[in-house]
Amino acid sequence: MNILVCIKQVPESNKVEVDPVTGVIKRDGAASKMNPYDLYALETAFRIQEKMGGVVDVISMGPPQAQEVIREAFAMGADHGILVSDRSFGGADVLATSYTLSQGIKSSGNYDLILCGKQTIDGDTAQVGAEIAEWLQIPSVNNVLEIKEVHDDSITISMDLPQEVEVAKISLPCLLSVDQDIFMPRLPSYVKKKATKDREIKVLSLKDMEDTDASHYGLNGSPTQVQRIFPPTSSKEKEMWDGSSAVLADQLFHKIEELKFV
Amino acid sequence: MAKLVLHPENIDDPQVLIDLCPFKAMEMTADGLNINAGCKMCKLCVRKGPKGAVEFVEDQVQPQIDKSVWNGICVYVDQVDGAIHPVTFELLGKAKDMAHVIDQPVQALLIGSNVSDLAHELLHYGANEVYVYDDERLDRFKIDAYTNVFEDFIQKHKPSSILVGATTIGRQLAPRVAARMKTGLTADCTILEMEDNSDLNQIRPAFGGNIMAHIKTPNHRPQMATVRYKIMNAPERKDEEEGIIIDCASTNSMVDSQIEVLDILKKEAEESIESADVLVVAGRGVKNESDLEMLQKLADLLHGKLACTRPLVENGFMSAKQQIGLSGRTVRPKLIITCGVSGAIQFTAGMDHSDQIVAIDMDPDAPIFKNANYGLVGDLYEIVPSLIEKIEAKKGVQNA
Repeated sequence: MNILVCIKQVPESNKVEVDPVTGVIKRDGAASKMNPYDLYALETAFRIQEKMGGVVDVISMGPPQAQEVIREAFAMGADHGILVSDRSFGGADVLATSYTLSQGIKSSGNYDLILCGKQTIDGDTAQVGAEIAEWLQIPSVNNVLEIKEVHDDSITISMDLPQEVEVAKISLPCLLSVDQDIFMPRLPSYVKKKATKDREIKVLSLKDMEDTDASHYGLNGSPTQVQRIFPPTSSKEKEMWDGSSAVLADQLFHKIEELKFV
Repeated sequence: MAKLVLHPENIDDPQVLIDLCPFKAMEMTADGLNINAGCKMCKLCVRKGPKGAVEFVEDQVQPQIDKSVWNGICVYVDQVDGAIHPVTFELLGKAKDMAHVIDQPVQALLIGSNVSDLAHELLHYGANEVYVYDDERLDRFKIDAYTNVFEDFIQKHKPSSILVGATTIGRQLAPRVAARMKTGLTADCTILEMEDNSDLNQIRPAFGGNIMAHIKTPNHRPQMATVRYKIMNAPERKDEEEGIIIDCASTNSMVDSQIEVLDILKKEAEESIESADVLVVAGRGVKNESDLEMLQKLADLLHGKLACTRPLVENGFMSAKQQIGLSGRTVRPKLIITCGVSGAIQFTAGMDHSDQIVAIDMDPDAPIFKNANYGLVGDLYEIVPSLIEKIEAKKGVQNA
């Protein structure tokens, strides 16, 4: 069984501020890391590989430095890495991002199973996985809690629904977005890191895609447009109370009483 | 084709541009300053960089779509086993407000099996037209079949905007439908406003809620947005039914699915923090796992639930289901008491619609006090036990 895991490089901290006067985004530090939710997808892939054999490959989209997270996946045990990277992919929204990744996946081989994390911690949309599946015309399931059975042509999983947990059998190929805690992710291995340090990462740019029309990618291929960004506001009446703990507790008790909670 | 073009003759100090770019997309190469694939086309360099240094070039004007063909604000009815998720009513209320601006109908799209009762219920909440795909093969949510049905509805009835609740179902169905229609979808909108030309202004938190983004879908229809539960206000249920029910036919190819449902399991009686009227929140100021007992006790006395911030999930004190914030749950209780919570925006974005916010923290400069209606600067290890004592004393009097 050949498995592909979608991973993303995200900033170490999502601490950003917008200067209210100039509208300039100020971002903290330069450090970046693998999106933490992707670790669960990777671990899920390795567990299935241990039973079923085949390869676990990873794909990412981003600037050249995103190769760092592919190397991290190598150190955890991934077999091959693909980076989709081109200046014309810049400014992509969910639709253009998922289209770009689906094009990259089509150019990279046939996979039985595509795994994604629940969401990224910078975009936070949790939408790209399902849209990739739509572009690839394969079934998809979000919020996968558990892998129950894996066969050559199907996979049985349990998924989280608003009121209940559903067990379902999905035909392969398919795409699954796994929830946090499905498995405890393994740590990268130093031995594997050393062994894979020269492993080639396949870099795909626009010219390597089946669809080379630049208007389908990046900002041009994005139906949504950011009009402006601004700092969040907190505009609420507020009272600050000071004093000894006994006084504060008394004050709070009376307030809670007044509000009829006791 | 839109692109950014650098004009080196107007760039005295490339470092200015390198520092300005929040995505590190400006880099020095052997050929001089260059824009790499990290560029997100935010155009900050155009607007804020040295004059004339970077130019935004758009050399082809896209053909404009005919927006008048798209008519109606549609709400997807989130239902499982005949129970409508309450986010649906909240969205119907929002849709009604927006429909007034452009004089378009509010549509509800209902997909399921044996759902005619539900269709009538929707007419009490302001839907002008309820489109019903009632088919026993649509009994369970199957993403491929539901996407096909959704597409059928859009192709035939052409809504200009579609609102979907950001539940575990809506969050996967909406993206598939958006990709099928090759249109835009904005996740987790907190503010929605309609313009006269039927463009939907969508505002959502980005970068973990540290900034807000105003997003539009200016040249695509339908425009799609998801909204979390308890962000919008639910309208009052009217006694009278208003509007009409329209039965729609589903075909074999539409309901065909690659997904076979084998079993439905009840969720363990889960302590859902979203449904609690009162929440006591443990933050990083809680030092030991055993200290949670004290806060649990306070929550119990107030008939509420205990919730937490992200660090307490990360250190294993509490479960992810109890976490409030952008990576956890969004809550809107009548009363929330935060204990030792500093109030990072990732947290407050998940609770700042609460009716009454009480914050207890040692640090008078903690950002949580900006959100709090009542801010108590002090030691939770002294205040909380004392408060518990007083509440117990009062209850003791009542019970005596």
